[in-house]
Amino acid sequence: MDFILNPWPWYMAGPLMALVMILLVYFGKTFGMSSNLRTMCTMLGAGKFSDFFKIDWKAQSWNLMVVAGAIIGGYIAVNFLSNDTTMALNPKTISELNALGFRNPGSTLVPNEFFEFESMSAKSLIILIIGGLLVGFGTRYAGGCTSGHAITGLSSLQKPSLIAVIGFFIGGLIMTNILLPLIF
Amino acid sequence: MKYIKFLLVGVLLGIVLVKSEAVSWYRIYEMFRFQSFQMYGIIGTAVLTGLLFYVISKKGGIKNGQNEPVVFPKKDKGFTRYMIGGTIFGLGWALIGACPGPMYVLLGAGVYSMIIVIIAALIGTFMYGVLKDKLPH
Repeated sequence: MDFILNPWPWYMAGPLMALVMILLVYFGKTFGMSSNLRTMCTMLGAGKFSDFFKIDWKAQSWNLMVVAGAIIGGYIAVNFLSNDTTMALNPKTISELNALGFRNPGSTLVPNEFFEFESMSAKSLIILIIGGLLVGFGTRYAGGCTSGHAITGLSSLQKPSLIAVIGFFIGGLIMTNILLPLIF
Repeated sequence: MKYIKFLLVGVLLGIVLVKSEAVSWYRIYEMFRFQSFQMYGIIGTAVLTGLLFYVISKKGGIKNGQNEPVVFPKKDKGFTRYMIGGTIFGLGWALIGACPGPMYVLLGAGVYSMIIVIIAALIGTFMYGVLKDKLPH
């Protein structure tokens, strides 16, 4: 059972991620997690403000089931399929993050410094809001996210997806290497 | 009942994303600092496996559940929207360490602050919808 309870290596996780996409394509759908944000906007009445949201959300309800499953999967993985192993981060990463003021990097899934709900600072709240806005806006502008472009799009050799993934990396490199040290 | 299979695929996705640590802010940080192979390995082997499926399906070797050849949705041609939109997305991804799939998975994993990120992402998507016609594509 240890191989299930320990963190999974990349060569096991990658093909399983592909399996998720393959199953959805096989079912006649597609693997795109950001589309749900548009669907939820439509359900909340965004169609009154823009034609972009005048879609038949019921036709997208299968994708909302994927979201519900993902939430359940996250719960199952943390509560039943995990042990207390600390993440095996690169020692260089750990010392860099310590220098930026992060305590015990890798002891939790995400840094408590700005994800802890109970004791959230105004700065953390602003970071989460700005991050969410960038992800929500950028993903729809680019017509997809990691699942739609990086996995599905690259697998099917689509040039637009390659451009989008290059964009993901430009943005990610700027944030991590230039902006994060200024923020923390 | 016809939706149960999608729920199960979602469960698989959630488990894989947590167990591979791809939902972790730390792993995204490491990726963009080129200090770990984990994320590159996951995305790389996912794409290679997907590519294998794509090549076989292209030859008509795979039929979907309705007995028709499987199709991958085609993205519209273009450059600007993919480059600018992608860069904006990347900035957010590296800041909060979560893209749209992991946002939901982390919520289930007990990171309740993700609800703030999800609401902000909904507002971001709404802003795109409103501004869409004024943006270069």
